[in-house]
Amino acid sequence: MNKVLSAADAIAGIQSGMTLGIGGWGPRRKPMALVRELLRSDVRDLTVVAYGGADLGLLCASGKVKKVIFAFATLDFIPLEPYFRQARQSGELEVMEIDEGMMLLGLRAAAWNIPFIPTNLGLGTDVVKVNPDLKIIDSPYDDKEWVAMPALKLDAALVHVDRADARGVCQIKGPDYYMDDWFARAADNAIVSCDELVDTEYFARGDEARYVLWERSQTSSVVPIAGGAHPSSCNPLYGFDVAHFKEYAASAKEGGYGTYFEKYIAGKSEDEYQQLVGGLDAIQQLPLPVY
Amino acid sequence: MSNAAQDYTLAELMIAAGAEAFRNDGEVLATGIGLIPRLAASLAMKTFNPDLMMTDSEAFLLSEPNPVSGRVPGQPQAQECWMGFSRIFDNVWSGKRHAMVGPTQIDQYGQANISALGDSYQKPKVQMLGVRGFPGNSISHANSFFVPAHSARVFVEGECDVVSSIGYNPARLPRGYQLDDIDIRLVITDLCVMDWQGPDHQLRLLSLHPGISVEQVVENTGFEICLPENIPTTPAPTEEQLQIIRALDPLNLRAKQLKDNPPGDRSAVTKLQAVGA
Repeated sequence: MNKVLSAADAIAGIQSGMTLGIGGWGPRRKPMALVRELLRSDVRDLTVVAYGGADLGLLCASGKVKKVIFAFATLDFIPLEPYFRQARQSGELEVMEIDEGMMLLGLRAAAWNIPFIPTNLGLGTDVVKVNPDLKIIDSPYDDKEWVAMPALKLDAALVHVDRADARGVCQIKGPDYYMDDWFARAADNAIVSCDELVDTEYFARGDEARYVLWERSQTSSVVPIAGGAHPSSCNPLYGFDVAHFKEYAASAKEGGYGTYFEKYIAGKSEDEYQQLVGGLDAIQQLPLPVY
Repeated sequence: MSNAAQDYTLAELMIAAGAEAFRNDGEVLATGIGLIPRLAASLAMKTFNPDLMMTDSEAFLLSEPNPVSGRVPGQPQAQECWMGFSRIFDNVWSGKRHAMVGPTQIDQYGQANISALGDSYQKPKVQMLGVRGFPGNSISHANSFFVPAHSARVFVEGECDVVSSIGYNPARLPRGYQLDDIDIRLVITDLCVMDWQGPDHQLRLLSLHPGISVEQVVENTGFEICLPENIPTTPAPTEEQLQIIRALDPLNLRAKQLKDNPPGDRSAVTKLQAVGA
């Protein structure tokens, strides 16, 4: 089986109105090359589920998003995601704002083919007040009330990993794989970009297979794009691009999304994008963050 | 306290006061969000509560807290356990955690807000982070608050604009819960230390930082607080504590956390203001 596709062919599977999950966390290991491809498409009215960073910000700024299911949006060293912020403050976004753990439960419920997972998360807060779709239920086992966190079934998910083979065996060797395994499992169509396409034999060496977090049957397509997480990090391969994020955040204040889109994304291949940000070598030299 | 320091900054006073929040916690994950809370938790772990657990702010538990400054990429650290973000929730929901967080708003019920500001939820005036982990943290484990600039804009009248964490609010208490199920511990501000053990979990003044008056606290709090008869002064950090703090923060990033890096004892400052200087 060969699941290797170009970014354009993989993104062609995403249609307007779909629910799209995006892996990574804030400025960390985001499938940004796939997001750029999506930004060049005419897809719209998406519902996006993400631990949001510039992926969420760019999609909101582009007008492709109808609804956001989120717990936060941040670039970490720039605490507030500038374009997400603008979109929220414009009043145009539909939102389902939930605890970051509730999002994990929703993805698990979807992955496990169950309608909801009971939890106490959100009780006593505005989470249960501003989300009329979030049902409060009785327990058959005690007298407390519980939140029925619904399955967050994803039509598609975008995830970036370190390595994959053509059959969809995916490896993440950074210190954290975030919730990427659950995004892949919760999605009908899990599109995975990878920094490196490897032979299947690679995984037989040493303990390489220990860094494979989901079965290949959960991977729908594999898109090899070295540096494809830029400007987010892909630890241990490269850190996030502080200078680029600063320029990105500044663009939200002056020039706006249109300027950024024209400069870096519109009509550009990923190769051209990488040349504009200093080239693949420069991306791979970006220092890892120290916390 | 025989070895109380004479010369220390307000940031260092708040670090030492914040460390007290973790003194009797036993073996829990201590999470300090922001530099001063992180130093507070680290100081507690390095001194009176070595059973605490801390993370590297990424994916590992450490047997020794990392310094908050002066580290280089790839520098070795005392890892003892993998705990990526999905595993963090296993810890959070087990209850074995105490977080010290810095909300933008705190109300009379101990409810806190980091999500958004303004009357309209659909169209907030200022979108901030989002509720993040506040709902789950607050119903699962102990939380303390860190407030770098004590004012009525933080300690708001009424309720927070977006109630991101559960507090001692009878009107919002979920069915089957008691107010005592909620566990909000200390509030460390630039003026004082408080807790939520006044009548009906009212916010209560525990100690005033040197040179600060009860009136300053009352004026800068948007709701009524409990004022016990005797209000001691927040103890100065000891020389030993200052040494440990310096070792944990060799580049002195703590000096940049509070506006103008005030001294720990503000009596002199207050006197100057009184004579109109």
